[in-house]
Amino acid sequence: MKHNSRQIKNKDNNGFSEQLKAYLLLHAHALFSSLGRMVRNSFTSIMTIIVMAIAISLASGFYLLVVNMQQLTGELEATNQISLFLKTNVSDNAGEKLAEEIRKNNAIDKVVLITKEQALTEFKQYSGFGDVLDILENNPLPTVIQVLPSNTLNDMQGIENLMKQFNQLEKVDFAQLDMKWVQRLQSMMDIMQKAVFVLTILLGFAVVVITGNTIRLELQNRQDEVLVAKLVGATHAFIQRPFLYTGFWLGFISGLVAWVLVSFILLILQSPIEKLSILYDASFDLSYFSFVEVLSLLILSSILSVVGAWVVLHYQLQKIKPK
Amino acid sequence: MLKFDHVSKRYADAGDALLDVSFHLKAGEMAFLTGHSGAGKSTLLKLIAMMELSTRGNILLDGQNLNKITEKQIPFIRRKLGLIFQDNKLLQDRTIFDNVALPLVVSGYSYQEIGRRVRASLDKVGLLGKEKKYPLALSGGEQQRVGIARAVINKPRLILADEPTGNLDPELSAEVMHLFEQFQKVGVTVLIASHDVDLLSQMGHRILTLDHGQLKAS
Repeated sequence: MKHNSRQIKNKDNNGFSEQLKAYLLLHAHALFSSLGRMVRNSFTSIMTIIVMAIAISLASGFYLLVVNMQQLTGELEATNQISLFLKTNVSDNAGEKLAEEIRKNNAIDKVVLITKEQALTEFKQYSGFGDVLDILENNPLPTVIQVLPSNTLNDMQGIENLMKQFNQLEKVDFAQLDMKWVQRLQSMMDIMQKAVFVLTILLGFAVVVITGNTIRLELQNRQDEVLVAKLVGATHAFIQRPFLYTGFWLGFISGLVAWVLVSFILLILQSPIEKLSILYDASFDLSYFSFVEVLSLLILSSILSVVGAWVVLHYQLQKIKPK
Repeated sequence: MLKFDHVSKRYADAGDALLDVSFHLKAGEMAFLTGHSGAGKSTLLKLIAMMELSTRGNILLDGQNLNKITEKQIPFIRRKLGLIFQDNKLLQDRTIFDNVALPLVVSGYSYQEIGRRVRASLDKVGLLGKEKKYPLALSGGEQQRVGIARAVINKPRLILADEPTGNLDPELSAEVMHLFEQFQKVGVTVLIASHDVDLLSQMGHRILTLDHGQLKAS
């Protein structure tokens, strides 16, 4: 643009504000003429936008899935509570005695006994299998002692030792560290998060390539125009400007369509998810895109698209030479 | 204005197109470039318009050595030139106004200035009032004049025309040539490649004759 402004200065006509106005008008013209051209070639534009929107909504949809699952698992308390499942032949009374003994241990903060009866009531209430349990003659559930160690979460060694002790107790069928499955869930979440990250990069790359290819075809269709423009002294910056704006529009509109698409899918999922969370006696609010996320989505898809256009223009424009 | 100093151009596949060509065109001079087809007329013009680079020798345009021009400076060299082609190279999907305005648009002129100069330029070639038409709606001679209007709108110091009358009948050809003379009269340097020897000799300007890439003494 340096050359361009110098060129204008050499001319006898206008002052700085006039030049700036002409320059901005040039950009505005490229912005809207590229949009107009896309509307005129609506079939090609729509095809490209659909493909890009699907790629973008895949990436952003998986992103939202992870956000929602993180929200869900975040509500789970990360405790180092240990559950001791007693053998089924151990009575509640014997269980109470064991709980008393455990309470004396210095390393223990809190002990809660859940009797077979309590366990059954709770299970009936939350599992939704209440009627099935009524058919059974005996209560199949064991007495459970919940133990909360006093030491910190980080002290895995101490907890491991405690677990070993509990497992050796005669009345205990097995001891389970509740944290284990939270940890498992969280590491699964980590994997998913990384998978979504990789997927996003791949799909982002797809957006770059799709735009690049579209711009390449557009450039081929307008080769005569480019040649004539070069012959009358157009710089690369001037020639590529409308194409870059086409890239911008492709990315921006695709991002917009992807946002609508993902929101629509979430809207469809909203009521079944609500039903499901009622069944689990949980209240779970589905997260949609926040304002900032929508903005980032649009900016990112626009930038990727412009990059795709730029790369192709950088290599192809030099090849178009007047002969 | 334009100086060729022992210029040669060799194509890898077609051999020598120009061999040791030297001449000097003074500012405001009008000259014809003639010769059989394949003599190197187009190649010579392409070297000036930087569509090709010379293999040997120097070309000085307005004091600038074209051998020392970088890729990025080429557009600014072309803005000093008015190029006219046999096939006029008009954009068929643009109006006459847009076609003629193109050199000003790429140079970043304001809209008012562009409108004013496009009308002035079309007036000069006698096509005022046809701004909104498309090239195909005009006759061959008119299209060629649109090409000329586009070439002169940037107020070039040098007009290069490659067979501008190649597709026109004798009457229209003479008309177009007289148009070039008018530009020469206001100080523009004009170089026209043409094989229409009868027409050229009538006009009484300097004639450069190429024969198999070499300039014959004139």
